[in-house]
Amino acid sequence: MNAENSVKPKVVVKDLNFFYGKYRALKDINLDIADKKVTAFIGPSGCGKSTLLRTFNRMYQLYPQQTATGSIVLDGDNILDKNQDLNKLRAKVGMVFQKPTPFPMSIYDNIAFGVKLYQNLNKNDMTERVEWALRKAALWDEVKDKLTQSGMGLSGGQQQRLCIARAIAVKPQVLLLDEPTSALDPISTAHIEKLIDELKEDFTIVIVTHNMQQAARVSDYTAYMYLGDLIEFGDTSSVFTNPKRKETEDYITGRFG
Amino acid sequence: MKERLRNKMMELYTRRRLANAAGLTISVLAMGFGLFWLCWILWTLLVHGLPALTAEVFTKMTPPPGSSGGLWNAIFGSLMMTLGGTLIGTPIGILAGTYLAEFGQRGWLAPFTRFINDILLSAPSIVIGLFVYEVYVVHVKHFSGWAGTLALAIIVIPIVIRTTENMLRLVPSTLREAAAALGAPQWKIVNFVTLRAARAGIITGVMLAIARISGETAPLLFTSLNNQFWNDDMNQPMANLPVVIFQFAMSPYEDWQKLAWAGALLITFSVLTLNILARVLFRQNASTH
Repeated sequence: MNAENSVKPKVVVKDLNFFYGKYRALKDINLDIADKKVTAFIGPSGCGKSTLLRTFNRMYQLYPQQTATGSIVLDGDNILDKNQDLNKLRAKVGMVFQKPTPFPMSIYDNIAFGVKLYQNLNKNDMTERVEWALRKAALWDEVKDKLTQSGMGLSGGQQQRLCIARAIAVKPQVLLLDEPTSALDPISTAHIEKLIDELKEDFTIVIVTHNMQQAARVSDYTAYMYLGDLIEFGDTSSVFTNPKRKETEDYITGRFG
Repeated sequence: MKERLRNKMMELYTRRRLANAAGLTISVLAMGFGLFWLCWILWTLLVHGLPALTAEVFTKMTPPPGSSGGLWNAIFGSLMMTLGGTLIGTPIGILAGTYLAEFGQRGWLAPFTRFINDILLSAPSIVIGLFVYEVYVVHVKHFSGWAGTLALAIIVIPIVIRTTENMLRLVPSTLREAAAALGAPQWKIVNFVTLRAARAGIITGVMLAIARISGETAPLLFTSLNNQFWNDDMNQPMANLPVVIFQFAMSPYEDWQKLAWAGALLITFSVLTLNILARVLFRQNASTH
């Protein structure tokens, strides 16, 4: 399914199947992720939206039982290819998780950790990069005086923005957000949604969300998934106002799910 | 109809309350039973040990029967061998535990090691003493501080392996995923993220291992044996508190028996201190994480 022919796709997913052991969790997924846009995956629990997201940076590789077949092409390279360098892939594709995951180190080191993996910056450049990332993540003003304190001491919403800052500090091209606000209060959620809107100028963003209003608010394209199938994919306004499939309509109007 | 339902509910409620009271009584009694013996032991130890705990205990060597003396050579030997055993056992234990928790997901090596480690963990310490006697003492033909250190290290290793693995497993996998998502290679994830997150728990495990070996008698009986005199050469038989207590307490001489009480008090309270320290440390770190 192609979202819109006029927009250049950043990621092209073709015939993607995913297996947890023998269980087939994704069934022949085909879709294009548009460059510098926000694409949302919605659907009931267990529909495979997070699984699909986790194929984009091959997160599943951490677990021996999980396998993917088909192809996901990012900038002309099939990232599912065995020879794909995982570290290079993850430098290009950053990820933020459902629960905030600050590392047990200072705020500064949390950001610097990822940058150090790819670049050998001197102290000034690193400090600049940390500030840049924290500003981008709208966290700078709140933490600029306590960069040496532990990242675990921040509030949940701040921790999540720290994780976003950490992900973008590496300067990836694609940013994967796996239910980034489901553990946060409404004010922090609003912060992050505003942030997503600003970040799409620089990054291609894919977000998984349980919250349909959120998908409607922040995304340009929406994919509705159910039981491992991609049911409907199109630009967000038409998926929400004029869904082509009855299943999608049932879900977004709350009759199901 | 409604009345009957209410009666039935009250009946159920009363029954549950009675069951709860009965369960609570039994558990409090069981706890009291356990505490009773523990307090009795500590009390006896204090009554006999405190009067025997003079300054001489820390300055003089173990005496021949009938003359005055202390436990200084035994205290020193115990400290040396405990320290040595911990220094050798801890790095091996932490590295092996890290392997089990972080790297051994595929293949047979990790489950096999874990199984062997569980056996080692529950092996009677006298067996370890005999083992070191057979492979080391017999070959160098004399007892020594090194042999004692080795036996204690073998006791430390499985304890530290087990706690390190357990503590690393408590680190949420999302933290590991977050580091992997940045593109960090596994050794960096382990070194800078998961081991750091599990640090407090691992240190607690090491302290518990120290507490365990500082009271071990059986493995030292066959390895470092004892020494009546001052000795700081690890290649010679070395005095140590547990074996001295064993020897002195069984003797018919009253001044030896008094020293045994003093030694027992010393060991018990240093172990108690270590345990309390480990708990405080763990609680502090658990609350900030």
